[in-house]
Amino acid sequence: MNREFLPAEDETRSAFDRRSFVKCALASGAALSARGFTAPALAADGQTANGAQFTLEARFYQKLDNRKIKCKLCPRECVVGDKERGYCGVRENRGGVYFTLVHSRVCAAHIDPIEKKPLFHYLPGTMAFSIATAGCNVNCKFCQNWDISQSRPEEIPAEYLAPHQAAAVARQYNCPTIAYTYSEPVVFAEYAMDTADAAHAAGVRSVVVSNGYMQHDSLVAAYGRMDAVKIDLKAFSESYYAKVVTGQLKPVLESLVTLRKMGKWTEIVYLVVPTLNDDDAELRGLAAWIKANLGPDVPLHFTQFHPEYLLKNLPITPVPTLERARQIAMAEGLHYVYIGNVPGHPAQNTYCPQCGKMLVERVGFTARQVLIRKNSTCPFCGHRIAGIWRA
Amino acid sequence: MTKLCERSRRNFLAQGLAGAAALGVTALCATGEPQTRAERSRVVVARDPHLRGPDAKADSPASSGIDTRRLQALLDQAVAPLFGFPATEKGAVAAWRRVVGAGRTVSLKVNTLGGRGMATNVELVEAACERLQQAGVAAPNITVWDRDSEEMERAGFRIATGGGRVQCYGTDHVGYEEDLAAWGSVGSRLSRILTRSSDVLINLPVLKDHDGAGVTIALKNMYGVIHNPNKYHPNGCNPYVADLNMLTEIRARMRLAVCDATAAMYEGGPGFKPQFSWPCNALLAAEDPVALDFVGWQMIERKRAEMGLQSLEAEKRAPRYIATAADREHHLGHADPAQIQLVEV
Ligand SMILES: [Zn+2]
Repeated sequence: MNREFLPAEDETRSAFDRRSFVKCALASGAALSARGFTAPALAADGQTANGAQFTLEARFYQKLDNRKIKCKLCPRECVVGDKERGYCGVRENRGGVYFTLVHSRVCAAHIDPIEKKPLFHYLPGTMAFSIATAGCNVNCKFCQNWDISQSRPEEIPAEYLAPHQAAAVARQYNCPTIAYTYSEPVVFAEYAMDTADAAHAAGVRSVVVSNGYMQHDSLVAAYGRMDAVKIDLKAFSESYYAKVVTGQLKPVLESLVTLRKMGKWTEIVYLVVPTLNDDDAELRGLAAWIKANLGPDVPLHFTQFHPEYLLKNLPITPVPTLERARQIAMAEGLHYVYIGNVPGHPAQNTYCPQCGKMLVERVGFTARQVLIRKNSTCPFCGHRIAGIWRA
Repeated sequence: MTKLCERSRRNFLAQGLAGAAALGVTALCATGEPQTRAERSRVVVARDPHLRGPDAKADSPASSGIDTRRLQALLDQAVAPLFGFPATEKGAVAAWRRVVGAGRTVSLKVNTLGGRGMATNVELVEAACERLQQAGVAAPNITVWDRDSEEMERAGFRIATGGGRVQCYGTDHVGYEEDLAAWGSVGSRLSRILTRSSDVLINLPVLKDHDGAGVTIALKNMYGVIHNPNKYHPNGCNPYVADLNMLTEIRARMRLAVCDATAAMYEGGPGFKPQFSWPCNALLAAEDPVALDFVGWQMIERKRAEMGLQSLEAEKRAPRYIATAADREHHLGHADPAQIQLVEV
């Protein structure tokens, strides 16, 4: 699962009830039909009894003997017997064929500022049509969205939203991007891929907010279609990944390197959990690894932990801890290090790494002022500021 | 094929009327604190080599062919001695009365994942429901359940809700509690059947091999009461199975486990593989699910040895969660043979 929390209804400016929003968006399907799209027939609850319209053969798996399969989507490589599901709970073996059960099965849909993903160096000040399905391939003890990420698709309400419809909704609401977020897009990779294709055809880009816990080939195939990526790097130690995340660090680092080689715009979020992943050595190791393997221009966001889900016995991350983390990372030579989840903190602005002047001022999730020139340089000293600042 | 809740002989309809007025949602467990285990746990293994009628093919457990009258007697033989009663109908009813205690609602969690052939037998469930009613539980206060109604139907159960009969449906009908129940590595939403219709929970698992967990018997059957069982299969389900059974909502309710080993599977689980199943013709009963699992595990190991297979230990998939469930931290029961009183009848 990723760290982007699902907004409560009173928390977003574009607050829609998640279900009525999709319904309302789909109502415009009539207009879409006129332009050549086909709006699907919705069953009473947005679902048919057996969820057939959400079920599609998975793209990343290998068939084994005795109708078993091995999933090749994420590093878990679940071996799944007939009629069983993988760890993610959203993929099922039916007679030796592996299926995703969450294609177009949207359980959350919102229009959020892209800064909320957070992506700070990618189209600042724009809105992203943000969608999710049920399921996740890890189980972070601090998950904010466990009610959808740790559920099977049939356990939570969802609506049918075909790829072309998602693209149409994004256009209708003037969102230059669709964001795959809230739960874990790894587990709905096929849907994200098809939606990214449909969106590109409609002139809409795609960004993904993910844990990066993915196999190389599926990462290249799925996130190769994305225009920007935010990876939650949960810690810089395998033991944390084992105990708190139920995953592994190494494949995530490999994914980051792959994304770098693919030239994908990537930002990293590191949730600082008091006592578990906040010691100086770990933070220094993290920053040094990023600089050596991804370069100094990758934005790194240190975000504040709040007690949630299965980690309720720890305090909110003290702001000085986040400031210390930022200092360490800057001292290691990273250029853009942010503090997240702390409203009003000056470290949520972007500063020029050369002249130190503030270039993007952020208030909450809004980019209030963007001074970066059209050619992506600092207006004060001419330094090139990494990022994709304009569409 | 007999269908649960269909046979008038069982008086499901008639006996249910008295309790019908009291139908509705029970707030929470009325049974209080989890019980503490005695020094030793008793496990009864009751066998009947003639359980199957002459029509049943010995090599094909799928065609159950079970003699329901003999099965009822076998259930009595398993449950009555557990509480020190004679294995007669009267003794059995007294034992069931002990199980139910002051509980008003009783639920029977079956295991239907394997489909017909490797699921809790409908006939066994009917036999238990009959004794429960004789013990004073009104039919509509008895719920037979598993995770999914369709799976239950595939295993031969007939879905029944409302009216004066025994209730029979999956959690899909009522959903899971919104709140999370958490213990150790486990954080899950619990079936509303468990939390709202089960003052007393009777665990009715099957006896089978499990490729990841080693075996799946009583403790692991509780995976069917939560919304996210897929999350708890790494590391041979250890310590997840033990942690899950620590949830007060489960622990305080589970009074009895009766494992349906009329047919059992020693390899190739959890999916039903007829070639690896055998007509074991046995029932295992215990108040202590850990002890029951330990005994069941040994039965599977013996069968594996008989069939020339490696032990689960040698295959590096011994069910370590059983020992975890018995450790100092969990103390859910006994997994040491010295602390298990095995009664074979
Ligand atoms: Zn500058």
